[in-house]
Amino acid sequence: MKLPCKQVWEHISEYLDKDLDAELLVDIEKHLENCEVCSAILDSTRNVLVLTADERTYELPVGYSDRLHEKLEDAIRDIRKIESDDRSG
Amino acid sequence: MQVVSQNDADLIQRILAGESALFHELIRPYEKMVYVTLFAMLRNEAEAEDGAQDVMISAFRHLKSFRGESKFSTWLVTIAMNEGRRRLRKAKTAAEDSIETSLEEREGDFTPTFLTDWREIPSEALERKELRGKLREAVDRLPTIYREVFVLRDLEELNQEETAAALGITVGTVKVRLHRARIMLQKSLVPYLKQNAPARKGFFGRMFQ
Repeated sequence: MKLPCKQVWEHISEYLDKDLDAELLVDIEKHLENCEVCSAILDSTRNVLVLTADERTYELPVGYSDRLHEKLEDAIRDIRKIESDDRSG
Repeated sequence: MQVVSQNDADLIQRILAGESALFHELIRPYEKMVYVTLFAMLRNEAEAEDGAQDVMISAFRHLKSFRGESKFSTWLVTIAMNEGRRRLRKAKTAAEDSIETSLEEREGDFTPTFLTDWREIPSEALERKELRGKLREAVDRLPTIYREVFVLRDLEELNQEETAAALGITVGTVKVRLHRARIMLQKSLVPYLKQNAPARKGFFGRMFQ
């Protein structure tokens, strides 16, 4: 375990993004194999990302889509009308 | 390089040629993304919904200026992020703003928290509804500069370059802020998991429960 834990923590985010130099990656993986603390931290940080990507974490309010499209329809009609008025006027 | 999907590109062309009604079809796959971006930024359902409507109307109005240099979804989420920032600025005092900027230089505590139990329970824990609520609360508490990077990278899954372009910052800054955001969230969620960790399901656990 040449790499100190603190240095592994500094690279957790890049590790999760697979955004590390090959050499550092090898050192970190070697460290993780032998260090419970760092692998637990890595797992928990990864789980934050799993939760974030979970469709159920952020849900739409009931009726959102209907209201959005209704509003949009009105807006598009208004914009088109202004454009055609501009052309004819 | 063509980055816009063929389907989106076709729809955009037809909309610009006059088939306005197709705009509804164009944005349908992205309407949740736009709302979630605004909700995560504004922490308020009504504001987020109102903002999402403004974003879509603005996208329709400016569709001609979409050059296809990014995915259509990235273009939309960038408009959503700008709308979120605009609404936040409107609501916030100058004092709060300066506190947040000074965070950037601060040597904060960005050390993750260790928890022994976590590794033994992840799949059960992640299914718990309260935990998703806790995550949303933790995201709400992130300072804006970290929250916006986290939202674009981990919630909307933009890449580093797209995130940097959307926020007008460098890729290096994206990396630093994302790392800090993730560690802050890790710290927020770990104690909660510890408190609520279910009992071990081992042989003795079953015997004595």
